Parts: sequence; C-alpha cells; structure tokens
Amino acid sequence: MNVIVIAIIVVTIIGILCAAMLSVASKVMAVEVDERVPKVTACLPGANCGGCGFPGCEGYAAALVEDPDLDLTLCAPGGAAAVAAMGEILGRSGGEMVKKFAVIQCTGDCNTTGNKMEYKGIDSCAGGKLMFGGAGECTYGCLGLGDCAAVCPENAICIENGIAHVDTRVCTGCGACAKVCPNNVIALVPEKFNVKIACSNKDKGAAVRKKCKAGCIGCGMCMKKCPEGAITLKDNLASIDYSKCTNCGTCKESCPVKCIIG
Amino acid sequence: MKELIVILLTTVFINNYVLQQFLGICPFLGVSKKVDQATGMSAAVIFVMLMATAVTWPIQNFVLNPNGLGYMQTIVFILVIASLVQLVEIVLKKYIPALHASLGVYLPLITTNCAVLGVCISNIDSEYTFIQAIFNSLGAGIGFLLAMVLFAGVRSRVEENNAPASIKGLPITLISAAILSVSFFGFAGVIDNIFG
Repeated sequence: MNVIVIAIIVVTIIGILCAAMLSVASKVMAVEVDERVPKVTACLPGANCGGCGFPGCEGYAAALVEDPDLDLTLCAPGGAAAVAAMGEILGRSGGEMVKKFAVIQCTGDCNTTGNKMEYKGIDSCAGGKLMFGGAGECTYGCLGLGDCAAVCPENAICIENGIAHVDTRVCTGCGACAKVCPNNVIALVPEKFNVKIACSNKDKGAAVRKKCKAGCIGCGMCMKKCPEGAITLKDNLASIDYSKCTNCGTCKESCPVKCIIG
Repeated sequence: MKELIVILLTTVFINNYVLQQFLGICPFLGVSKKVDQATGMSAAVIFVMLMATAVTWPIQNFVLNPNGLGYMQTIVFILVIASLVQLVEIVLKKYIPALHASLGVYLPLITTNCAVLGVCISNIDSEYTFIQAIFNSLGAGIGFLLAMVLFAGVRSRVEENNAPASIKGLPITLISAAILSVSFFGFAGVIDNIFG
C-alpha cells in the first residue's frame, strides 16, 4: 500500500511540476503572431504552388503583412477575389488582376516531328534534356516527358501524343509548370487573348522545316499583317506583345504554317 | 577519457540505435526522402537526446531510485521528455525563430520518438555515470544522423532508378534499409581492436 502511495505522489508531483513549467513558459514566452497573417492566408487558395515567389501561401501572407508595398496581385490562382479580400483585411487597394493561362509554345507532336534517338533514361524532362538536348529532332520544343504535368497542383496538364496539353478550364495560371520546363516552352498568357505563338524554335526557317512540320519558320508574315504592330521577329521566331495586341486574329489567318493558335 | 571515446564510437557505429537496435525506425523511413530534411530531423534528435538524458538521469538516480520506484521509469520518462520537448519548442519559437523554422516541424515528432526514450532507459540499464550517459546519448544522436543522411543519399539514388514494378516504392526502400543495416555489422570488432 505504502509503495503505491509513494509512486502516485512522486509521479503526480513530477506531472504537476511539468505542467506548471509549461504553462508558465507558454505565458511568459508567448510570441505575438500578427492576427492578420492567418486571415490573409485564409483568403489565398492554399495550393502552395509557389507561383508568387514565396514559400507557400503562408509565406506570401506573412510577407504581405510585413511589407505594405508588396504587390497584392502575385497570386494567380487566387485571382481577383483573393486580391479584393486581402485588400480589405490589409486596408489597401489591390490593383488590377489579370487572369492568365499557361500556354505550351510548341505543337510538335508525334505526327509533325520525329525523334533523333530512342530515349530510355530517367523519366523526366530535366533528365531527357541532358541527353543531347532531348530525344526529339527539335531541341527547343516540348520534350513530352511530363515534368510540367507532375508539378501542376491542379492536374491541368496532360501529355498526349508526345506533347503537353493544358486544360484551360482547370489551369489557374500559377506558373509552376513554366518554372520547371527545361526548354522554357511554357508561357503565361492573359486569358482574354486567343492568339498564341505555338513554337519556340529559334533556328532558320529551312532548318525548322526539316525537323518539324508545325514550327515557326520566321517568315515575318504575321509581323507585316498585324495592324497594331504588336508582333516582332526575334531569332527567327515571332513573338506577340500582348500590351499592344487587340485580339483581331489577322496574324492567325496570315500564318502559312498555322503556327499561331487560339 | 578513453572510456568516453569508446562509448561514443560504440554507440555511433556498433550499437547504432537505428541500424542495429532498430529504434526510431519511424523517422528513419518517414523523413529520409531528402538529405536536408534528414539533417534537420537528426539535428533536432541530437539536441533532444542530450536534453532528455540531462534531465532523466538525475530523475532516475535522485528521485526514483531512493524511493524504490525504478520500475516507474518508462512512465515518468515519457512524461518528462514530452514536456521537455514542448518547452524547448516554446523557447526556440521565442528566442531563436530561425532555428525554430528549421527544426520546428520535427520537434513534435520527437516527443514520442522511441529512440529518445530508448537512449534514456539504456543509460540507466548500463549503469553509466552522468558524463558517460551524456556521451552515450551524443553518440546515439550522431549515429542517428549518420544513418539518416546515409539512407537519404541511398534513397535518392534508388528513386531515380527503374526498380521492378513489384518492389517499387516502400519495398525497395525497406530492402535498401536492410542492406544498409547489414553493412554496419562490418564495424563490429573494429572498436575492440583499436582500443584493445
């Protein structure tokens, strides 16, 4: 009987000491967390895609609270709704949010371009790129090994017929895929435009033609036809300045290789 | 001094807590996907093992043993270690936020880690003095770090290779863990021969 009583008393005393120590410590050393941080975090989508350039949604929220000059519109998946909600909590106006989509600037699938070798290495674009610039004839285009599909937090990208496709209904424009693509094939284009250059090859026209039937040959037809002067030709590749583009679609009709898509 | 070095090296290599005594397997398999995570977890384990030994050894020898309560060690140690880890977390959060950001995720995991409890109990069972116990737990922590970092390296290699579909994932991980464990048998006898 005596032994049990001593055991109970000793363990109880140790328990009480630990509890007292912890409760005192939690009061004395309480860290004041700015209560706006969890509120702002709640406005963000919580996908932790890293598209804003901060480590996760909470990192962006903490940075927003800390720095009053930080841009509110960095979160593409959150869109205008998140900007408005965060602006209300932080007491400042947002700025305009443009919804963007990821666009694969390559249409070289298995029908239009071939392989220069059979690649049987690591199943990732980063690995495939190391092997003579990729298995495909064109070293600028989509490698089709799916690094973008693997990284997409919304599962909006699929690999079909050797090339990546973006499901624009699901894509939030976070840009995670654009960061991971070793050939920088993926661009973020504002939602409202339906003209996109679907090629990344910088070779001269004849060389492109030999490798891929769908590639931009750098003829400059779209540049001449564009009424707004929004298209420029650089390194044998057309590029659209979306700040000038009016979405008229003239370039799409003028392109002889149908390399401008919608 | 020689005795302390023998204790340290023996716990790191021969009686490695993870690979030879099979304690702390949970973080060994769970947090060994990346080398930097493995290092962070191991740093937290080393820290907590030392703290836990420094607290539990006096409790056993000055509180439990004089009252004839040696058999209560498991319950008391769990209680003390859990509150200690919580306390450490609070202190780190207040005074060293950078360390809290890197160790913080792992600290709650260690609260109930059997390797930490195992070290405290084996210190008592081996009847070590306080200094010896501290060296034993330091060795246990370094051994944990060694096992974690080695295994994280092995694992990143294994994941980049095409394992047969039937053993892809966890099975191949367990097989490589077993091979790593067997390889540590190579150290048995080395310490005896060095220090005679």
